[in-house]
Amino acid sequence: MAIDLRTVSITPLRQTFGHLARRMGADKPASRYIEATMDLQPVENYHYRPTWEPQYDIFDTTRTAIKMKDWYALKDPRQYYYGAWTLARGRMQEVAEGDFDLVDELGLAAAYPAEGKAQALKTFLPLRHVAWASNLNKAYVSSYGYGIAISQATCYASMDQLGVAQYVTRLGIAFDDLDALATAKKDWLEGAEWQELRRYVEDLMVEKDWFEVLVAQDFALEGLLYPLIYERYNEKLNAAYSPVFSMLTRFQREWFGETTKWLDAVIKATGADNADNKAKLAEWIKKWRDRAVVALKPVAALAFGAEADAIMAELVQNLNARAAKAGIAL
Amino acid sequence: MDMKVAKKLGLKERYSLMTRDLAWDTTYQPMDKVFPQTTYEGIKIHDWDKWEDPFRLTMDAYWKYQSEKERKLYAILDGFNQNNGHLSVTDARYINVLKLFLGSTPPLELMAARGFSMMGRQMNGAGPRVACQMQAVDEYRHFQTQIHSISNYNKYYNGMDEFAHQQSRMWYLSDGKSFFDDAITAGPFEFMVAIGFAFEYVLTNILFVPFISGAAYNGDMAAMTVGFSAQSDEARHMTLGLECIKFMLEQDPDNLPIVQRWIDKWTWRGTRKLASVGMMMDYMLPKRIMSFKEAWEMYVEENGGALFKDLARYGITIPKCFSQTIEEKEHVSHQSWIGFYMKPQATPFHTWIPTPDEMDWLSEKYPNTFDKYYRPVLEFFDAQEKAGNRFDNKTAPMNCQVCVSTMKFNEPGDPMEMCFRESIYKGEKFHTCSDHCKEIFDNEPEKYSQTFISSHQVLQGNCEPDGTDVNAPDFKPGQNMLDYWKLDKRALGDFNGSEDQKNFAAWREQATKN
Amino acid sequence: MSNAFIAFQKNDESRCIVEAILEDNPGAMVDDQPSMVKIDVPNRLVIKRETVEEKMGRSFDLQELQLHLITISGNLDETDDEFTLSWNS
Ligand SMILES: [Fe+2]
Ligand SMILES: [Fe+2]
Ligand SMILES: [Zn+2]
Repeated sequence: MAIDLRTVSITPLRQTFGHLARRMGADKPASRYIEATMDLQPVENYHYRPTWEPQYDIFDTTRTAIKMKDWYALKDPRQYYYGAWTLARGRMQEVAEGDFDLVDELGLAAAYPAEGKAQALKTFLPLRHVAWASNLNKAYVSSYGYGIAISQATCYASMDQLGVAQYVTRLGIAFDDLDALATAKKDWLEGAEWQELRRYVEDLMVEKDWFEVLVAQDFALEGLLYPLIYERYNEKLNAAYSPVFSMLTRFQREWFGETTKWLDAVIKATGADNADNKAKLAEWIKKWRDRAVVALKPVAALAFGAEADAIMAELVQNLNARAAKAGIAL
Repeated sequence: MDMKVAKKLGLKERYSLMTRDLAWDTTYQPMDKVFPQTTYEGIKIHDWDKWEDPFRLTMDAYWKYQSEKERKLYAILDGFNQNNGHLSVTDARYINVLKLFLGSTPPLELMAARGFSMMGRQMNGAGPRVACQMQAVDEYRHFQTQIHSISNYNKYYNGMDEFAHQQSRMWYLSDGKSFFDDAITAGPFEFMVAIGFAFEYVLTNILFVPFISGAAYNGDMAAMTVGFSAQSDEARHMTLGLECIKFMLEQDPDNLPIVQRWIDKWTWRGTRKLASVGMMMDYMLPKRIMSFKEAWEMYVEENGGALFKDLARYGITIPKCFSQTIEEKEHVSHQSWIGFYMKPQATPFHTWIPTPDEMDWLSEKYPNTFDKYYRPVLEFFDAQEKAGNRFDNKTAPMNCQVCVSTMKFNEPGDPMEMCFRESIYKGEKFHTCSDHCKEIFDNEPEKYSQTFISSHQVLQGNCEPDGTDVNAPDFKPGQNMLDYWKLDKRALGDFNGSEDQKNFAAWREQATKN
Repeated sequence: MSNAFIAFQKNDESRCIVEAILEDNPGAMVDDQPSMVKIDVPNRLVIKRETVEEKMGRSFDLQELQLHLITISGNLDETDDEFTLSWNS
């Protein structure tokens, strides 16, 4: 039977799911992000308590000092549900692939001036371990965070950091093969420049308040580290030598620019919920910002020598400004 | 010379460089504080580096392939929606299988996502941790694509609109919820056996493959695309589950009895969950490719059998429940359908009596049981309905304290006798549906005495619509269950006479007249 | 002896993969179902990159199997050149 179903015009019985109509205050079509996110995590009638932490329910609002009237206020302005996220990353990886191919084809890494290369690799390559730690700490936030809005965004960010760790690994291979990675790992474990940073991320691995982990890892540490290395240090190398490192870390730069929008929106919404949150966020940001400065100073010195302090001071100013813009007075 | 070395790396070495070489043993914080959960279950791991990575996807490859899959999937969904694809399904009864399947699956996928994130944080080997994280993010994909595919159906048919609200409240969804709550509240290794192994390896095949193939056969391109596309990720998940079992067994002989007990427990818990899949295949798909029994034989008996034979080299024996599940394969789909048919006022999907043709198909597929036990019951209900007396059982069901299924299964060896077992814990009596559920209860009574059984909770006033004053003098518990569940009245009752049936017929009519 | 198996969504690419499997695995059995195809091989099923490339007329990365896979059965071993499913029994 040949029937043309396209010509049938029928009036829908409803535009969206009940939980979304109640949330939006009207029965109207919802975006795929809203459908994929809002009010989906169970909140009641759990069967059993976790054998690993019986003091909590499976999902429990008291795992952080932050209180929210609505945990889904922590929306992602990028509207990343899985499909949107993976398409965005798919495009970024295609570009990265092109960059790595080009560097390989033209022999750009081999042609890089030796003195610049040695110093750059010393600075960049241990960062694969920092990204690995970031992957783990974001996985913690994603696991124990409350509501799908925050759990999915941090899950994607955690996978992004695994990607970053792998791109830095490829960067090392492109320039100096496996030896460079082995040296960088040794530096990460023993080198004086890296120990405060390693202490910082390891301390976060045992921090229990997931929101504090988010602030410390994503806002304080990455808020300083990414501009320091992937923006400023790249600019320095570009000016002195050639833009090869810049090309091969494009993913990280784009990632940071994009992710900052999400994180700042989360901080802003959290602070906007109540005054206690605001105070807590300010306390955490100050505490971890100051520690992050201590952790990053030797790395900054490695990258910038005498200019390091001035650059760090400027980046701290920028971070403070981000906090202020999100409504958090420090 | 150096420059060539990395390029020569094979897939395995390269992957290892991209994952476990990134890891280090922490020193500023002790490792057992960073990974506090991997010892208390009694599983002994001596060398996490012995873990064999299944499917070695780095993130760049992951993004490349997954984005290609997503692009295709959403293109098909959009096309299906724009062309009123819902009207191309075989008949409107089919929609009910979506209400049940896509209404109950996304919440389970979501729990898999959250559970695997926890594993991706807690496993202290870098290899398993990365594999678990990748599975977690895949599971986000699954519940989201499923919701996106029912979204359009929800606009035209009743009973899907409150799936999110109902996930923690509906009586018949409680068994799936308890399955995942049970797994996620267990330790990480038991979770891996429960979900990674029993659910992914032994069960998702039957849950998705023949059933989704059936959806395609019934003209539902949207469900087919979403189902098969998800299943392509499940292939990775299966290898992770199997790898985890082998890893535990290879690490220490003391792990064997623990793993065996988990395999026994979770194979049984999974089997109980499959009863409703059986009824979807045998009763709810208007066009059928294979019976539940045939699918069971192909994917569970043969495939599961192959797996247990393979694991015999470690000392694993076939789960104790296996022989009972084989006996039950000829019964459970009928018992489930009849069970749901008898409660037309308590589910957001419709039920019906199969047509005479369909009954003949069931006789042919179930020569030992259908005519003998189930046809007479269905024909009796049919006659009653035609006489204006559609069956409606209003009594609260009794549930198993472990699997939370309603009691409807028979005594082994006697299809006419309902099976009950009971255990006493701290002076209180607890009912289970079978020897296997009783054994699970008796092993961990402190856990299973907590099970949220809605028929009990109703009596205690714990299942009332939001805002109910349970202290009011005239308060009687359980009077407002439809409100508590947010059950749309149009979604209730028999398929015959339903709004779905009328609308579908009218809309199809419009198309043919054009 | 147990069967190792693999199933694919039906499309042009997977048709080539199936052809390659049939060529490299004597004793392979094909089960054609609505929109999917399942192949069983006693004990050990191997997919060889070279054969798939021949069938497709282009280079092929075995990880591209991800795009078409529906399910597998057997212990998996994956290298740059071969994708193997097998049972030890
Ligand atoms: Fe899934
Ligand atoms: Fe899965
Ligand atoms: Zn039971």
